[in-house]
Amino acid sequence: MTTADTIHPEMTTNNTESSFEALATQLLANSAERVPSLKGQLVYRCELNKLISVLKLLKSNENLEFSQLSDLTAVDYPGRIQRFELVYQLLSITHNQRIRIICAIDEGQIVPSATGVYKSAEWPEREVWDMYGLFFSDHPDLRRLLTDYGFEGHPLRKDFPLTGYVEIRYDDIERRVAYQPVQLTQEYRDFDFLSPWEGDQELVHSSLNAEAENKEHAKKDGGS
Amino acid sequence: MGVIPPRMDVPIPPGETQDKILNAVTDEITNKGFVIASADKLFNWARSGSLWPMTFGLACCAVEMMHSAASRYDMDRYGMLFRPSPRQSDVMIVAGTLTNKMAPALRRVYDQMPEPRWVLSMGSCANGGGYYHYSYAVVRGCDRIVPVDVYVPGCPPTAEALIYGLLQLQKKIKRTETIARR
Repeated sequence: MTTADTIHPEMTTNNTESSFEALATQLLANSAERVPSLKGQLVYRCELNKLISVLKLLKSNENLEFSQLSDLTAVDYPGRIQRFELVYQLLSITHNQRIRIICAIDEGQIVPSATGVYKSAEWPEREVWDMYGLFFSDHPDLRRLLTDYGFEGHPLRKDFPLTGYVEIRYDDIERRVAYQPVQLTQEYRDFDFLSPWEGDQELVHSSLNAEAENKEHAKKDGGS
Repeated sequence: MGVIPPRMDVPIPPGETQDKILNAVTDEITNKGFVIASADKLFNWARSGSLWPMTFGLACCAVEMMHSAASRYDMDRYGMLFRPSPRQSDVMIVAGTLTNKMAPALRRVYDQMPEPRWVLSMGSCANGGGYYHYSYAVVRGCDRIVPVDVYVPGCPPTAEALIYGLLQLQKKIKRTETIARR
């Protein structure tokens, strides 16, 4: 695959940026694939087994020098065969450039830790483990980062219920804070059926259909 | 004590009679060296006049709490000083979102406060979970963890609202009877 057919003409604004991009694409030609993106952002997809070598390459190459890992996170796409995406955001301070590496992985697949390349990956990897349940091998201290001690489940997975499974109260008899199953006096009510952010597409479509039907009914009622 | 006038509500005009009464009272005090007051009222006066809140800011409400302590509203006027230790404080202002992970720490700190102690719940999150009511990580009201005396609504409550809440707490304290016959 050549660089010309994957890069949108609008993406390349000036020569230095485009040459940088060409260099990055050339270097990653064997391990990562350029993804179409907005405003000429450098976005690449790579296989899980090539991830660490890609990161090493981007960090060590003296013409790229992506010396900083700005962020590392994951995305859950429950509909996909490979359910999760790991996203690495790198920054080259010397060249004032950013790059994004996306890596699709399946649930239960073990991810090689990036802490060997970027020391700062330690906490983000803990967070990804905490929130998505993706396991990192060779991580120095893979504990939960944000949630409660003894928390069960991975809250940013789409199948995790918003309100969780347990709630907390002070037990006067045992004189300590105790857990109990969630009891809500009123269920969570979500009236935003049309928002593209509120996942359930079936619901979105059904509500759209309902609206159309309502309009038809209204017309009929008006006519009769 | 014959100097006590027959009717307390009628002021005695200045003159010989008034001087006589005043002198008698002054003599009484200087001779015996004490004042009599209701113990309850004295305790409550002292307690409500030096409410020392504990610095327990959890979220954005803490910023409003800082405003109420800073020069514009100046809680020190009411004898309220923020203390860095639970063992030196009377009031705990739960200012912000109480998470499940923080709840045991909040309870422990509350247990460390000496009696008598009061809790003021500040803002929607501390009152009932507020914006995070349906979250998996937030306690739906800090009254599930500690007994609360005063709830201040708002998101966040203004510094005035917090001061008002503290004045309400003072009123509440003044109404309590420490040595009560029931």
